Amino acid sequence: MAWFKRSPWILHYNATSCNGCDTEVIVSLTPLYDLERFGIINTGNPKHADILAVTGSVNEKSVQVLKNLYDQMPNPKVIVAVGLCAISGCVFQDCYNVMGGVDKVLPVDVYVPGCAARPEAIIDGVIMACEILEKKYREQKKRRG
Amino acid sequence: MARKTIIPFGPQHPVLPEPIHFDLVMEDETVVDAVPSISYVHRGLERLIEKRDFVDFVHVADRICGLCSFMHSMGYCQAVEEIMGIEVPERALYLRTIWAELSRVHSHIFWLGVAADAFGFESLFMQSMRLREAVLDVFEATTGARVILGVCKVGGVRRDIDTDTLHGIVDRLPTLKANLEEISAVFINDYSIQHRLIGVGYISKEDAYTLGCVGPMARASGLAMDMRFLGYAAYKYLDVEPIVESTGDCYARCLVRIREIFHSIDLIHQAAEKIPEGPFDLKVKGAPNGEFFSRIEQPRGEVIHYVKGNGSRFLQRFRVRVPTFSNIPAMIKALKGSGIADVPNIILTLDPCISCTER
Repeated sequence: MAWFKRSPWILHYNATSCNGCDTEVIVSLTPLYDLERFGIINTGNPKHADILAVTGSVNEKSVQVLKNLYDQMPNPKVIVAVGLCAISGCVFQDCYNVMGGVDKVLPVDVYVPGCAARPEAIIDGVIMACEILEKKYREQKKRRG
Repeated sequence: MARKTIIPFGPQHPVLPEPIHFDLVMEDETVVDAVPSISYVHRGLERLIEKRDFVDFVHVADRICGLCSFMHSMGYCQAVEEIMGIEVPERALYLRTIWAELSRVHSHIFWLGVAADAFGFESLFMQSMRLREAVLDVFEATTGARVILGVCKVGGVRRDIDTDTLHGIVDRLPTLKANLEEISAVFINDYSIQHRLIGVGYISKEDAYTLGCVGPMARASGLAMDMRFLGYAAYKYLDVEPIVESTGDCYARCLVRIREIFHSIDLIHQAAEKIPEGPFDLKVKGAPNGEFFSRIEQPRGEVIHYVKGNGSRFLQRFRVRVPTFSNIPAMIKALKGSGIADVPNIILTLDPCISCTER
């Protein structure tokens, strides 16, 4: 865990999720699974967040909200797509109001599979996101000299 | 008169697990009007019934909502079974009842947690989420999944719960009950919680009736409305009693849900005692031809599933009317005149389930 230098905060947004993955994101942050032991907490403010956890695929209306949230987050930032809907649309991919996975509109770094994604998988995804975040910090530092 | 200002609330907000947007028209600290706007999570899954086989569609119905997932598949299956005239085996009906009541327990515990978070009682939120895991463990042991169960099917259920497992579930319930009594005592007796909830978001019995409230919202205002009295699934063999409070404020809604958790645990005990031996599913032949409204009681209130078929494998129409949708007018009424600090409490005590509402 040498790379684990900071405690990133999570911003969670439900794009068109069915609540299944949302509750699992909350569960992974609360006592039994406890992501908070790494100092990772759920924040409601995009300006404090480092990791954006998106559940559910994107639809016509949530796309603008999602883009706003992404733009308001400070650099560097990592996007985690939680659940099958966020990856490809799951059973809803034929619906008229579903545009598909989150990667259609935002650059996704980590994909967490599952319908609903299990808390263990979410924790794994977030820890992977920490690693990517650290890499992005290094690249940013190199760019700035 | 003070100048009116508009404060946007949502779609992304710390107390809201799901996106809904309100324009709160404010005069100083008081809300004079609230304009809701929805469709942030609209997927259009009702149209999907034209593209999916009616047997496969149970999996889509399961995914209408993650918190009351089992109830939606049960409602859909009931409607299809009623059209096709299928006699579901008794054991399947009991199993459905047990899973439905467990869903109610975990949904209400989740609500207690989120509500505690809304009025700023974080440790209570954490404790509630910890207790909820006991129910999810039962789901995982009996169905293999934690939230989206996928265990209901047209003509019965996909899996049986054997007698030993059933005894194991029943043996766990007293521990869960004792733990719940501990945290519910905090909800009921804590001074600061009472201060935040008593008298807030009042809805009278007449308003609850005329605005069409359902579920705990209606029962907290003194209307004894509970679809479980219709006797669907195995409820006709169990002693279901309405949980009614009369004060109609946020505190009463909280009390109704806490008492319902204990009542659901009691119903699971009863069902586990009375469950008969026998088959748990039925082979389904043919396709539905006709239409039916199925009404069941979700954790949030009455849900209606309307299904219409024309004798082919692909149904023509599927429609869901969910409890949150019926409760929104009452919530708008309660929001008017409340203080800005009470807005999260009033919205949360409705127990909004936006993904059900917008589908």
